[in-house]
Amino acid sequence: MAQQVWIGAAAGFAGDRADASGPLIEALARHDGPRFLIFETLAERTLALAQLDRLADPSRGEVPALKRLLMPALAPCAAAGIKIIGNFGGANPRGAAAKIRQWGRELGCPELKIAIVEGDDLRGKLTAAEFARLESDGDMLRNEPEIVAANAYLGADAIAEALARGADVVVTGRIADPALVLGPLKHSFGWADDDWDRLAAGVLAGHLLECGSQVTGGYFADPGVKDVPGMDALGYPLAEVEPDGSFVVTKPAGTGGLVDRRTVTEQILYEIHDPAAYLTPDVVLDLSEVEIAEIGPDRVSVKGARGRSRPDTLKATICIDGGLLAEAEISYAGPNAAGRAGLAIETVTKRMARQHPELQIRSDLIGSVSVFGDSAGSMLTAATPASGGTDLRVRFAAETTDRAAAECLLDEVEALYCAGPAGGGGVRKRLTPRLRSTSCLIARDLVSPQISMLEAQ
Amino acid sequence: MPAVPLYRLAHARSGDKGNRLNIAVVCRDERLYEPLREHLTEDFVAAVFRERRPSAVRRYELPKLRAFNFVLDDVLDGGVNGSLGLDGHGKTLSFLLLSASIALPAGLLGANEPPQPQPMPGEPR
Repeated sequence: MAQQVWIGAAAGFAGDRADASGPLIEALARHDGPRFLIFETLAERTLALAQLDRLADPSRGEVPALKRLLMPALAPCAAAGIKIIGNFGGANPRGAAAKIRQWGRELGCPELKIAIVEGDDLRGKLTAAEFARLESDGDMLRNEPEIVAANAYLGADAIAEALARGADVVVTGRIADPALVLGPLKHSFGWADDDWDRLAAGVLAGHLLECGSQVTGGYFADPGVKDVPGMDALGYPLAEVEPDGSFVVTKPAGTGGLVDRRTVTEQILYEIHDPAAYLTPDVVLDLSEVEIAEIGPDRVSVKGARGRSRPDTLKATICIDGGLLAEAEISYAGPNAAGRAGLAIETVTKRMARQHPELQIRSDLIGSVSVFGDSAGSMLTAATPASGGTDLRVRFAAETTDRAAAECLLDEVEALYCAGPAGGGGVRKRLTPRLRSTSCLIARDLVSPQISMLEAQ
Repeated sequence: MPAVPLYRLAHARSGDKGNRLNIAVVCRDERLYEPLREHLTEDFVAAVFRERRPSAVRRYELPKLRAFNFVLDDVLDGGVNGSLGLDGHGKTLSFLLLSASIALPAGLLGANEPPQPQPMPGEPR
């Protein structure tokens, strides 16, 4: 059994920095024993977009960032014996594995053993009516819309099994994000399926690592109040995990960012609801008694995670077509900018009400009230024109399945150039196809993870 | 009791799941935990977010972390895949809560008070 396991997290989302892995690999290469590099790349919608890619071309469907993120890491990890684990397979883990093998050959790596984790895709396993009945988060599926993607969150066992078969790279689709860390810990330490406190500790380590730099100074800096050195070269997180599940969060020497009590506390509670009951496929994590301590520069120890038996159901994310998001913007600046911006909002709102009264239009006044505002506009109404801003940007947004209505909004905003208030400039407009997502709770026996090795070829 | 922006007493981070927002509020100093436990209530947070009409606001206490976790239901206009707003995740909303002023007993803001950040260029002074 391993004495200590080292895990680095090189990506917290598909848009993350491709140069994050370099310093992590250098740090991991200086240690002996089991070492892993994880990539978390699947937001709720990312998988549905990948599914649309795959429908258009069956060789596609991996996370589009796969090559950008993995290419810099593949050869150095192979040379140092660091195993790579990622959910970058998206809607096509098998296709992604084939690409990774090809890139490995192009880079001159020794032939990589690549494991594929499948079985998260639920389409065809349940009818639209059954999905609707199992919806746990709203009633988006009530009228049984066409489902673009339906994927269960698999647990850590699939990754542990893949590593037991000798994988150098494990490619998954939808899997619980913390399982990317719990999987290698279960494999390395041989934790039992009902060793709830240790499993909970592994989930906590995974939870802290899965968003990458959010625990090392990302999503944290506030100049003069919470200063973070070297934001342009943030170090990504490393966990040093003990057999009892306690661990230290740190980052590679010589990188920017910081790991302290504050960064770790903020990330412990990130996207948590009831801290005593964080549900994962492997265990229910209770954070109530977790204790953290700064034990050295950029080193925080974490202990005290407690676990309870895993839930009977697995969460699944379901995506359906969400119509079109129409957005258009125009700027007003200088004296009475707020008055002219307010008149622009009034003008477009009146004209749209005549042509497409069914369309709900949101208005924002960027520079005065936008992200804090509500869609009903009550904060905006209270702010205009008294806000007094002198460099303002008006934004209009609407969602619809009626393309003509969406285009009408964009045209009306552009028409403000000539037929709107004085000095309006800088119109930009955009139509974006949308996917909406919801959650279902699925009985475990409907989900069967499949682990296979990419065949020699 | 003097009212001060929560920003001077705590730091915070937003997270989202669907149409539900959570905000972790972390005390800047352990001595602030008990006063904030008394005054930073569910009702206080619900009032800060009144325009978004939360259907529920719950507070979870984490004394060992000197932190509170607030969970606000149905405040993200449908969430990141449904909102018409620019920030469907609600990532900016931790700072909406931090900008609210809260009344605390005098004397709690001592030597550990964080520095006031300078206004940004162009910001009204």
